Order: sequence, then structure tokens, then C-alpha cells
Amino acid sequence: MVSNNISGEYEAVIGLEVHVQIRTRSKMFTRVPTGFGEPPNTLVDPVVLGLPGALPVMNKAALDAIILTGLMFECDIAPVCKWDRKNYFYPDSPKNYQISQYDMPICANGRVEIELPGPSRNVMGPHRHVRLTRIHLEEDVGKLNHFANDSLVDLNRAGTPLVEIVTEPDMHTADEVFAFLTALRQAMVAAGISDCDMEKGQMRCDANISVRPVGQQTLGTKVELKNLNSISGVRNGVDYEIRRQIAALQRGETIVQETRRFDMEALISTPMRTKEEAHDYRYFPDPDLMPVRVDQAWLDRLRARVPELAFDKQRRFFEQYKLPYTITSVLVPDRALSDWFEAAVDGHVERAQAIANWIVNDLLRELAATGQTLADCRIQPSHIAGLVEAQESGVISSKIAREVFAEMFQTGESAAEVIERKGLRQTSDTAELEKWCAEAIAGKPQSVADFKAGNEKAINAFKGPVMKASRGKANPKLVDEILRRMLAEM
Amino acid sequence: MSNELCFSSVTELSARLADGEVTSVEITRALIERTESVEPRVRAFTHRDAERALAQAKAADERRAAGEARGPLDGIPISVKDVLASAGEPLTCSSRMLENFVSPYDSTVIERLKRAGVVLWGRLNMDEFAMGSSTENSAFHPTANPWDLERIPGGSSGGSAAALAAGEAVATIGSDTGGSVRQPAALCGVVGLKPTYGRVSRYGLVAYASSLDQVGPLGRCVDDVAVLLGAIAGHDPRDSTSVDVAVPNFAAEAREKRGPWRLGLPKEYFGDGLDPEVRAAVEKAVDFYREQGCEICEVSLPRTEYAVATYYIVATAEASSNLARYDGVRYGHRSEKASDAIDLYFHSRAEGFGQEVKRRIILGTYVLSSGYYDAYYLRAQKVRTLIREDFNRAFEQVDALLTPTSPVPAFRRGERTNDPLAMYLADIYTISANLAGIPGVSIPCGFTASGLPIGLQVLGKPFDESGVLAIARTYEQTHDWHTRHPEL
Repeated sequence: MVSNNISGEYEAVIGLEVHVQIRTRSKMFTRVPTGFGEPPNTLVDPVVLGLPGALPVMNKAALDAIILTGLMFECDIAPVCKWDRKNYFYPDSPKNYQISQYDMPICANGRVEIELPGPSRNVMGPHRHVRLTRIHLEEDVGKLNHFANDSLVDLNRAGTPLVEIVTEPDMHTADEVFAFLTALRQAMVAAGISDCDMEKGQMRCDANISVRPVGQQTLGTKVELKNLNSISGVRNGVDYEIRRQIAALQRGETIVQETRRFDMEALISTPMRTKEEAHDYRYFPDPDLMPVRVDQAWLDRLRARVPELAFDKQRRFFEQYKLPYTITSVLVPDRALSDWFEAAVDGHVERAQAIANWIVNDLLRELAATGQTLADCRIQPSHIAGLVEAQESGVISSKIAREVFAEMFQTGESAAEVIERKGLRQTSDTAELEKWCAEAIAGKPQSVADFKAGNEKAINAFKGPVMKASRGKANPKLVDEILRRMLAEM
Repeated sequence: MSNELCFSSVTELSARLADGEVTSVEITRALIERTESVEPRVRAFTHRDAERALAQAKAADERRAAGEARGPLDGIPISVKDVLASAGEPLTCSSRMLENFVSPYDSTVIERLKRAGVVLWGRLNMDEFAMGSSTENSAFHPTANPWDLERIPGGSSGGSAAALAAGEAVATIGSDTGGSVRQPAALCGVVGLKPTYGRVSRYGLVAYASSLDQVGPLGRCVDDVAVLLGAIAGHDPRDSTSVDVAVPNFAAEAREKRGPWRLGLPKEYFGDGLDPEVRAAVEKAVDFYREQGCEICEVSLPRTEYAVATYYIVATAEASSNLARYDGVRYGHRSEKASDAIDLYFHSRAEGFGQEVKRRIILGTYVLSSGYYDAYYLRAQKVRTLIREDFNRAFEQVDALLTPTSPVPAFRRGERTNDPLAMYLADIYTISANLAGIPGVSIPCGFTASGLPIGLQVLGKPFDESGVLAIARTYEQTHDWHTRHPEL
């Protein structure tokens, strides 16, 4: 076990419930737009407010998104999408019931591939799968804002489509949890289902954690940990809770089945409620919504939209482009970037490595430095291959290539256009090169003597002045040949 | 003149408006005056806004003068049960909970009525949240039966039936979850239709039991009800349970269909508990159909005995969830006593809801509770399927069913208020149609010796409102019960 450095005697068993907001234009059951950061209670209508007489109507785009999610993770898709009411009173819930799915989730089973940390950042870690129990669709609730004497309700978030992803208790360490959430987020972003921004509440995670002596088959008493508001928060929270439970067991205490809240600042968990206060949600089929049949044609249409998952893409990049792990681990998690790479490499597979290097090293650096994203980027993917080609064929030196790249990034011109416009073509004119070489040799008699005496490195003393005289355009290979010939003739 | 207008049918008024013999303002003013004189005794309304109604009437007259009349309902005053959202009007459901609530939006039914040009005349009293059969559960005041002011008008759309019978309205809109349009129509001597579930949009109808609720028109005659149904029916993308089927010209079809029909008498509807005078009147109506050449046969709906129990599980379960939104947080009654959120719920709901509403919320909460769901709610849904099958089987043999609407004529106010079960049995002949989702109409078919109206119910196949109305109209053509008015 990779990071079970907490205790040799106990192991943790962890299952997750992850909520992901689906990025649809309108809410789950009405036409009001979804959004974040708008003035309170502006993204509302009679349905969102739960006014008397208002009725929900299903947003098909949300159902598409969850089925797509299920297909990505190899879930069984139910032939009928049925809606249930989950009844409970809370001020952020306008109807005091939430439309959800109870006994017939639209997606069941399934699995998510994860990568655990390797021995170092440059080495691929072990892969495994976390099994999914179910994925279902529901509507999000509003938000309570607490003040000194009052709590105010903002229903802008209420009714936003939300998928709930429930895993099997398949994870044992905070690293595995971290890896799972990372893989989940990458897939949801790649498929355009959600931005999964935990800061904006687009992805929320509750963890069910128990510990047991290594070797014991039955599960220990589970604790539900809430308020894990960032991926690293989840890692810290899970880590803390495992330690807390093990320490308690080591002191001879028993674990109480309860819900605890993780404090991201203090990095500790505190009790919220015990099992006795658990709700009876009185689920029953929502009579306002008709079940929706999901036929084969619908599934086929969505299957065509399933994106290649990150790890499948990584394996393909190893195979097809012979890229090293370190490069793929930059390209693959970002679908836009890997798409850009594949556009750049189209028709130039033999130069894939060099092209990938330009993208991962130079392009990303320039983007970061200028605060741009790929979408704003003026440089065309197909231009990278031209740059590599110019360099490989000796038209420009590697030093000039960087200059050309910088210009391409600024103007959006091709490498050839930049080289032409700025006259950066490498000089291979022997007569001119011989003139510069002769001048360099003439100016450094001591270096001539050193070279003659067998000091190979002394030849570099002449190359600098030649490059300077040519303003970097001298073909280094030819310069080397000419210098050696001239020195030998002396 | 004015009373004559008040007791005219929509069909007559429509023709007279078209001929320029009368204006919408005149009709509306006549109703306002009539209401002012009889309303203190009838108390059919929860809210009236004469100025607003007159302004709408004036607009309708101006449209007509400009040659832009919108159709047969343009300028006709319609009064609506206080359960349908109408922008800018109170929406109380006769509950303290919504006593001061004004709807910010229009229900689809109101939207369609407005498009047809109607004058909205007042909001009608009802049993609180449509729970009841006598309108005694209104939190504001009971409504009297215009035929005997000591008696109840039926319910829950008691205001809709009583206003019509008293000449305070020319046509009204109610809602029917277990008989709430048909039963008060029968007890007040008017025509009331419950359409097929899904025929009329429920968007903006305050939900009692979502899978049973249906908006229905009440009128002085079958034609009026047919015209109103035509105005409010049709698929609505805002209601997932509304059905996308063609809306025929109900009035024309009801006139054209002449029979003879095969008509069934469900034997379970003529057993114990049926008042002898009601039985005699209904049997006489059956004789009429037989004389018209209709084939009359006895049919069986063997699961009828389970209908009331099934209804009170399904309806209360849905109600317990539907009424959860009245919590004092966003709108509606908010208790002054509360110190925290949970407290706010307890006090607001304790103060805002009446006895019957609380009883049904508690019952519904119970039947949905963990450990009881399978024994009650799930089983009730299965029985509901069986009840539907009973009707399907009957409709293989017959075109429609004839039954009494209510086992008894209007009972005295207070007579059953302390006996909820006796009250629940008032709907014994109407509830099954809601469970099965089929259409049904109640028409006047006589009076008791003491002068109380009796209703005949015609139940039909899903989406065969035209057939049901045609059968009812055939009877109405040769009987004048519906033309009689109470002395007030």
C-alpha cells in the first residue's frame, strides 16, 4: 500500500459520494438559466421558488449529460429514467423535497481508472480501478448565508442539475481518494459535462471512512465526513480522519457512527450529527414527472460523444507518438492541450517528440507568461511542425528557432513567414563563412596554438566571433567544418 | 333584466353579445349586483374585485366594437376556484397559510381563459387545499347551498357550484381530485365535468394530489361546459403529465353524436348507502336512455370497495409532500413565535393549516414512512391499477357508465364534520374516476321531495369527453331540471 504509512496495524476503507453540477444552460426542471456569482435570488422563477402550482419539466440536456457520464465509466444504463421525491425540511430547499432518483438510478455499476503516485514524479505510478455503485441525477438546493441574527436564503443555485456519483468502499488511502477525484474531474471536464470547480461548488465530496485491523474482513464503524471543499481539502480531511479513528481505536475507544464536518482551516473534524438523527426521506415516485424511456438510438447517439479517457489517451500517446511519460502527463489531462498537440502532429508523426517538446516547454511557458489560454493563442498547431522542420533541415539554428517561436507566438505567422520576413535563414554561403572564420582565427593566435597542441575545446573560441559576425545565422555545422579545415591547413 | 342575465347560459350570452343585444359590462354589472344581494347568504367567494372585472369587461366590449372579438367566450365572466394561479390575484386555497398570498404568475388555464377574452369575476371558496366534500373546511367561512342555506353545497369546489346556482356567476372553474367538481355540481343542480387526467394542464393549479388533480368546468348546461373545456384543454409543455392529443370541438361533437349508446350500470354503485330518492331519480334517467334505444346492461367494477381506501392513501401521500413547501420561509403564513428554522416550520404550519389538512398530511406522511411504504403506498398503487383495469374491462362492453354522482343529496352543515369517515364516503361514486384517470360529468336529473337537486354521473373512456357530453346532452335536451333556480 503506497501511503499507508499511518499505521501498520490498521487499514482504512473509504467510499465517496461525489456531487457534480452539470453545465447546462438552463436548470434541471425549468428554463431559468444556471449561473454562479449573480445577485441573490435572480436566477429564479415560480418553479425554482416552489410557488404554489408550479410544476417541473425535465431538462433533456441534463439527462444526456448523466448518461454520457455513465457511458464514460462503463456503467449499465437503465432503460427508463424515473424520478423520486426525497422529502425533508430545510430552508435551502424550496419545495422541502428534492427531485432525485432513489431505487432506479439511471446509471449503475461502472468503474473509474486511477493512477497512484509513482516512485518519483517522472515515473508512472501503478494503475487500478475504483468501482462505482451508482450515478443518479437530482436537483441542487439553494444556499444559506448566515448573518449575526438572521440566515438568508439564496435560491440561485437551487434546481441546478447535479449528478451524484457513489463509489464502492474501494479506496484505502487519501492518495487513492485524491487520484480518484482527479481522474473523475479530468473525465467530466474532457466530456464538457462540468467544469468541476470545487471552489464554486461545482464538485462536492463526502467521504465515508472506517478503519479496521489489517486482515479483518468486516468493516469498521463508518463516519461520514462532509465539507471537503477542494481536492487537497479532501486529501487532508481523509488523512486526518483515518489518523483520528486509528488513534481512537489504539486508545481502546469505539468509533461512533456519525457525520463529521472537516474544518479546512484548523484541519480537524468535528461531529455534526449522529445516526439517531438520520432522516426518513419518505421517497416516492414524483407524480409530476413521467418516466423517460432511454432507447438504443438515444444511447448510440450519446456513445458517439464519449471522449477518449485520459489514461487510454496516454497509452495511445506512448504507442503512437513514442512520447515519454513526463510529456504525456502534461498533455493528456488537458483535453484542449492534447487536441492541440494532435492537430500539430497531424502528418508529422515522425517529429512528434520535437513538436511535443515545443508545446510542453515553450508554448505553455508563453501562455502562462502572457496569461492566455490555448483558445486565445494566435499560433496555429500546424505551424509547430514547420518550425521543427526548419530547424532539422538546417534552415535555422536552435537558438534562432526560439526567436522564431517567440515571433510566431506574437503574430500568428508561420515559421517560414517569420524566417523570411526577418531574414533569419541560416547562412550556408561558404565564401562568406570562410571570410568570418578567417577573421576569427586571425584574431586568436593563442587559441590556434592551443588547438594545434591538441586542445579540442579551443575551437569554440572561434565559433563565438563567427556567430556574432553572422548575427546568429551562420550554419554551425558548416562553420565547424570550415574552421577545422582552415586550422589543419595552418 | 339583471337576474335574467345572471341565469343565462354562456351559449345564450355569447349569442347576444355577438348580436350586440347586450354588452360584457352589462353582464358583469348584473353579476356584481346579484352577488352583492345574495352573497351574504351564500358566501361562495373568497375574493371579489368588481372594478377589475368591469375593466376587463370594458376591454372586451371595446374589442368587439373594433371587430376584434376573440371568440365565443370573449366578454363572458368566469369565476374561478381559489386554487388556480392568476397573476395579481389572491391565491388562498381557502387557507390561513395563503391568506395574504397574491400569485405573481398565471396558471395555464387562466392564461388560456384570458386569451379567450373572459372577464375574471372573483375567486371562489373551497375546502382548504381542496381537501373536503362540503366546503366546511374553508378556513374563512363555509359556503351555503343556494337550494337550502342550512345545507352544504358539496366540495371541495363548493364555491364554484354554489355561485353558479345562486346566479352569482354564469360559468365557473373548479378542480376535481376525488369528485370535487362533480359532487358539488350534483348537490347544487348544475353541470360539472372532470376531464381525462392529462387533458387540462395542471400548471398553476395548486397541487393537492398531483396524480389525481384535474381542472374542470361547471356550467348551467352541457354546451357551456363543452365550450369552456375547449378553451382550457390541450397539451402544455409546462406540465409533463398533460397529454399531447388533439383537442376536438367538444361542443360540436357533443351535438353531433346521437347514439344510441351501450350504457353500463355498475352494480357496485347501486348498493347499500344509496339514498332512495337519489336511486329513484337515477333509475328514471336510465329509463329515459332505454327509451331512446340505448342498450342498458349491468356491469361490474369489482374493486370499487377498495377505491376510497386507495384514494386516501395515494392522495394523502402526495399531499404530504406537495404541502411541504408551505413552511413560512419564502411566502405564506409565517409564525411570529419561531426562534429557529425548525421552530418556524412547526409554528407556521400549526397555525397556517386547518384540521383536515393536518389530518391528511399526517396520514400521508405515515403511509410513506420507512417500513410502511410497501404495505400502504405501493399496495395502493397496485390496487389503483386494478381499479383502472375494472374500467377498461367495462368499456369493452359499453360506451359509458351511468351512476349516481353522490349517494345522498346535500346534507346539513355540521352533520358530518365530526365524522371524517362519513365525509369521505360522500365521494364514493366519484373517486374511482380519478384513480382511473377517466372523464366524468354530473348533470341534474331531478329533485328530492324537499327540493334538493340530484345528480346523474356519466363516466366515459379516456379522452372521450365528447361522448360523455353527448350522452349527457341527450338527456338534457328533453329535461328541464337544469333550468330551475333556487329562491333566494
